[in-house]
Amino acid sequence: MSLVIDDLTVTIAGRRVVDGLSLEVPDGARVGLIGESGSGKSMTTLAVLGLLPDGAQATGSIRLDGHELLGAPERELADLRGRVVGTVFQDPRTALDPVVPVGRQIAEPVRLHARVSRRDARVRAVAAAAEVGLPDPETIVDLYPHQLSGGQRQRVGIAMALINRPGLVLADEPTTALDVTTQAEVLALFQRLVDEQRTSLLFVTHDLAVLARIADHAAVLAHGRVVERGPVEQLLHRPEHAVTRGLVEATRATTWRAS
Amino acid sequence: MRRGSFARELLRRPQGAFGVGWLALVVVAAVVSRFWIPLDPFDTDPYSAWLTPSLAHPFGTDSVGRDIFSYVFAATGTTVVVAVASGVVATVVGVGLAALGSLTARWVRESVAVLIDVLVAFPTLLIAMALAAAFGGSLTVVVVAVGIGYGVTIARVSRSEIRQVARTDYVLAARADGLGTASVLRRHVLPNIAPVFVVQLSLSMATSVLAEAGLSFLGYGAPADTASWGRLLSDLQKFIGVHPGSVVWPGLAITLTVLALNLLGDAVRDASDPRLRTTRRPTTDTHRLPTTPGVVS
Repeated sequence: MSLVIDDLTVTIAGRRVVDGLSLEVPDGARVGLIGESGSGKSMTTLAVLGLLPDGAQATGSIRLDGHELLGAPERELADLRGRVVGTVFQDPRTALDPVVPVGRQIAEPVRLHARVSRRDARVRAVAAAAEVGLPDPETIVDLYPHQLSGGQRQRVGIAMALINRPGLVLADEPTTALDVTTQAEVLALFQRLVDEQRTSLLFVTHDLAVLARIADHAAVLAHGRVVERGPVEQLLHRPEHAVTRGLVEATRATTWRAS
Repeated sequence: MRRGSFARELLRRPQGAFGVGWLALVVVAAVVSRFWIPLDPFDTDPYSAWLTPSLAHPFGTDSVGRDIFSYVFAATGTTVVVAVASGVVATVVGVGLAALGSLTARWVRESVAVLIDVLVAFPTLLIAMALAAAFGGSLTVVVVAVGIGYGVTIARVSRSEIRQVARTDYVLAARADGLGTASVLRRHVLPNIAPVFVVQLSLSMATSVLAEAGLSFLGYGAPADTASWGRLLSDLQKFIGVHPGSVVWPGLAITLTVLALNLLGDAVRDASDPRLRTTRRPTTDTHRLPTTPGVVS
């Protein structure tokens, strides 16, 4: 499934948080969107989902397999969310409902988009939990988020995003809130599932080292504009724009500190 | 949440066990009193005035020889009806206003917020006395006054809770799964504000019991032919210098019921929130290191 963003501009209270952004995720490709915090990365994913905050205005074009999403009726967008477009959020501590057992949250997109019984939904949840490598899936689906570790919670988030086999996955900094070891595990899992399901992926991050492991191409975002784009290898080794160089420096610094 | 585990969690807590136990007793008494009362609570007999507690009169008799136990027993019905009716009115008013004040168009929700703030400023008992002065004292007045008075308090608290939950990542995540406003409200917002709501509801019911007793004590509440703890307290209070022991019974009934409602509200909140549960189901965290013996804090 291909995603084409063309000249996207998002304005909140007169401020342009995304400014004429163009980006293409070809069918089956894994594309990164990288930038410092506040550069408009998250707003871009929210615009694709049609979930921009109240008062935000978006112009330009966002096409999913040639179908225009920007300005599409809410009913149509709601039908795409969770079925055709899966989303993984940044912080697994806050992205799961604390009072709902994780199994029911994993199965929520299934129950919403297909008429399935509670029992069948649970079976699907257990299967999905097993697929993302959660230990003892039969038991874990009945636990609440606070009873899981951070890495396990993010696995739940990934299971939730992928349970309907979406054609496109949006990942908004899915490893940022995790420690380095867990980060590596979750990335490996991500890579495996996206490969297996041949899903297109838009991976948003501020960490080039993370991006190097998962994406082929990337666009560097600063102040809502794309300042540089190309293969991740090239961005990492021959950065041209100052912002890209800054991100490479930051990556080196953290990598050294970690090792 | 599984029902069995909730009941177990509730009864495991002393507050929950006491609240459930005492309120169950009151409700059973209220139901039984519709069909059977030991002695007629309005049957006066000057020859048996101020009898001390005995098997025939467990709580003794009052100035005109009425059996105090039968009267307290008969008045449970009044208390239960008032508490439940007030709770229902407060819930409808509260949740209705809260939803209008948080999930609608901007001008609607902000007007509702102002309305709530204005109404919160009126003390519940004052509303009740004003209504009683205008329409005459009745149990309906108590129910309407407490229902509205506490309803707006529930609305104010629930409104800010709803707005807070509506901003969380998990609501955003739910919307990214394709949920609409109504399903988000039902599946994620209401379960998350339920603990706060339950506490407020139990407080409103406790207030209604107190308000009914207080208004009946002042003569604005239950009419003369309706048994009420407040009215009994008022009757007995005139003789408190001579027979101080008798006042204890209606006083105890009111106190225990209000206390039971307050404690039950807290216990329900704790038992319904999986994060506050003290029992932990086994976690299946394979990455967790085994605990070293001897360093358990």
